[in-house]
Amino acid sequence: MTASEPFASDPFMVGKHKPKDAPAHISAEESLCPVVSHAWVNAQYKHLVVEASAKALAVAPGQFFNLLCPSPDVGELFFRRPQSVYRIDRKHGRIEFLYKCVGRGTRGLATLQKGDALNMVGPLGKGFWLDPAWKHIVVLGRGVGIATLGPISQLAGENNVGVTAILSARDKDFVMADVLFREAGEVISVLDTDGSSAVENVEKILAGLIAQQRADAFFTCGSNRLFQMMKRLGKVHRIPGQVAMEQVMACGLGPCYVCVRTFEVDGRQELRRVCIEGPVFDMQEAVGW
Amino acid sequence: MVDMSVRIGSVTLKNPIMPGSGCFSTDLAQVMDINRLGAMVAKTVSREFRPGNPPPRAAEVEGGMINSIGLPTKGIDYFFKHQVPDYRRFTPPLVGSISATTIEDFEAMARDVAKSDIDVLEVNISCPTRDPKGGNFALHEEHTYEVTKLIRATTDKPVWVKLSPNAGDIVAVAKAAERGGANALVVANTILGLKINTDTFRPAIGNKFGGLSGPGIKPIIVRMVYQCAKAVRIPIIGCGGIVKVEDVVEYMLAGATAVMIGYLTFRNPTGMIAIIDGLEQWCAKRGFARVADLTGAMIDEPPMETFAAAAAPIG
Ligand SMILES: Cc1cc2nc3c(=O)[nH]c(=O)nc-3n(C[C@H](O)[C@H](O)[C@H](O)COP(=O)(O)OP(=O)(O)OC[C@H]3O[C@@H](n4cnc5c(N)ncnc54)[C@H](O)[C@@H]3O)c2cc1C
Ligand SMILES: Cc1cc2nc3c(=O)[nH]c(=O)nc-3n(C[C@H](O)[C@H](O)[C@H](O)COP(=O)(O)O)c2cc1C
Ligand code: FES
Repeated sequence: MTASEPFASDPFMVGKHKPKDAPAHISAEESLCPVVSHAWVNAQYKHLVVEASAKALAVAPGQFFNLLCPSPDVGELFFRRPQSVYRIDRKHGRIEFLYKCVGRGTRGLATLQKGDALNMVGPLGKGFWLDPAWKHIVVLGRGVGIATLGPISQLAGENNVGVTAILSARDKDFVMADVLFREAGEVISVLDTDGSSAVENVEKILAGLIAQQRADAFFTCGSNRLFQMMKRLGKVHRIPGQVAMEQVMACGLGPCYVCVRTFEVDGRQELRRVCIEGPVFDMQEAVGW
Repeated sequence: MVDMSVRIGSVTLKNPIMPGSGCFSTDLAQVMDINRLGAMVAKTVSREFRPGNPPPRAAEVEGGMINSIGLPTKGIDYFFKHQVPDYRRFTPPLVGSISATTIEDFEAMARDVAKSDIDVLEVNISCPTRDPKGGNFALHEEHTYEVTKLIRATTDKPVWVKLSPNAGDIVAVAKAAERGGANALVVANTILGLKINTDTFRPAIGNKFGGLSGPGIKPIIVRMVYQCAKAVRIPIIGCGGIVKVEDVVEYMLAGATAVMIGYLTFRNPTGMIAIIDGLEQWCAKRGFARVADLTGAMIDEPPMETFAAAAAPIG
């Protein structure tokens, strides 16, 4: 061994070690994924496309990856950052993320260039489920929540289940991914700038869809106020619903109990881990955030 | 071939690498081959249900992380009935971990453990985040002695006592645990800390105070392992901030027989496996036929000049 040759014991051993004899039933892995493209969508959001391993490509809608973001400065980052998959392109072996730059981790992530490698652990968590009996679903997303709802809309489209996507945003620059949702079904954007994103207005739109029998199931992510309203409507009209939730994570795998949120079943409250019992949960059991 | 096995009293581990309590569960089977570990260490349980502390429960800090999980648990009955059989799907020895705020609860749990299917009992008297003030038995030598003695009298299982780096005199506490009948010591749990959010002026985590872990604490805990190893005859398990092979070597040179790993799993989920493989390579390269020969092998003399060190035959 020469001095310049990396040894397995370099700090953190990132990407340097391939565990031997890893049994095939193991569903998630740490992998180094080359960046294919990485572009700004607007002033705050970036769209990241990576080449993914076979295990990573088995990701289901609503599942997430825990990303080892590069540092945006000379310091270290000591936690991974969870990001849900935004688009699964199995044909080209690619996975896409759509994320908002909010802090050190995502600012560091934004520095990745084409050809760099992204270290990601996944696929993780329990994703959305789709009942083949449903004819038409409604997805309601705001902000980063829009990204999370992409793959389930894609899947519904592929299974000839109708999709109405209500995308809520500050202004028209922040209505993202409407192309992707349009491929899957109908898109209604609601904005803060013209007041159409008000909860009462979104409720009216949902009531209209229910009346037209175009709401066999609800899906939401990204806004607690919209979630509460959708949960109430779902309860009244007995429409099954799923919500994708976020919580600060440490391990992203289940053991550490950092990522808990409160749920309520038959009047009894309990804590569940977002990383392994979620991030997708039954809408009526979720209490919100 | 390097003999990677180590002995902790009556228990033989096929290698010295174990997870730290609270940083491991069978959920990790989704990313790693659990059967390769030296032992499995379960999350600490209490006698009754505990919800744990309010979120956010962890935050990143330079050098690691701070957490205040607060020992959420479904209680010891649930642990024996549901979790132990789940762990038994895997082959490494199973270390169960218990915690309580009263000596009576500790005794009752030890009685249950005596009849159970776990291989080792770890006594967590050192979790800084279950009591808002961070207090616990391991801060005091008398309390440590009494708890250990009572548990020793109640069960024949090997008893490992997990100490606290927050104790004023950890060597005195280590001796007290040995006198009480502990078969090994785990050095150590997390260091009590505080992180304040400078945007909101509020604490960063729900419990206000939290336990510091990760690479930043390693030199402190290595020093404690060294001091405890000099003071007691029972084996010591080093725990704190291990992120690479050389960190394990350091702990063993300081006197540890085996180690536990927490933070690394959060950062690199298969890190423990990488360390098992890397440690074997390291021993082979340095000419150690048995990893156990590293224990206590620190040369207690002033550092060498670097040019001399590079030329010196060690191992
Ligand atoms: C399952 C899941 C899926 C997600 N999917 C997406 C997505 O598709 N697109 C997107 O833009 N964002 C998504 N998020 C949110 C994303 O994880 C956070 O925006 C990101 O972690 C912020 O890191 P930071 O260092 O930039 O921010 P900072 O605020 O500096 O982060 C500090 C710490 O808090 C954690 N944190 C901060 N905000 C959140 C949050 N909302 N959720 C969880 N942890 C947080 C960070 O991970 C980090 O540990 C998702 C979160 C979860 C839990
Ligand atoms: C999220 C988290 C949960 C923990 N839970 C427990 C626990 O239940 N019982 C225990 O004895 N130690 C617990 N610990 C302490 C670890 O077992 C270990 O002693 C400590 O983290 C230092 O090791 P590390 O720096 O490798 O993480 C916990 C640590 C963390 C980070
Ligand atoms: S982040 Fe560790 S259990 Fe969810």
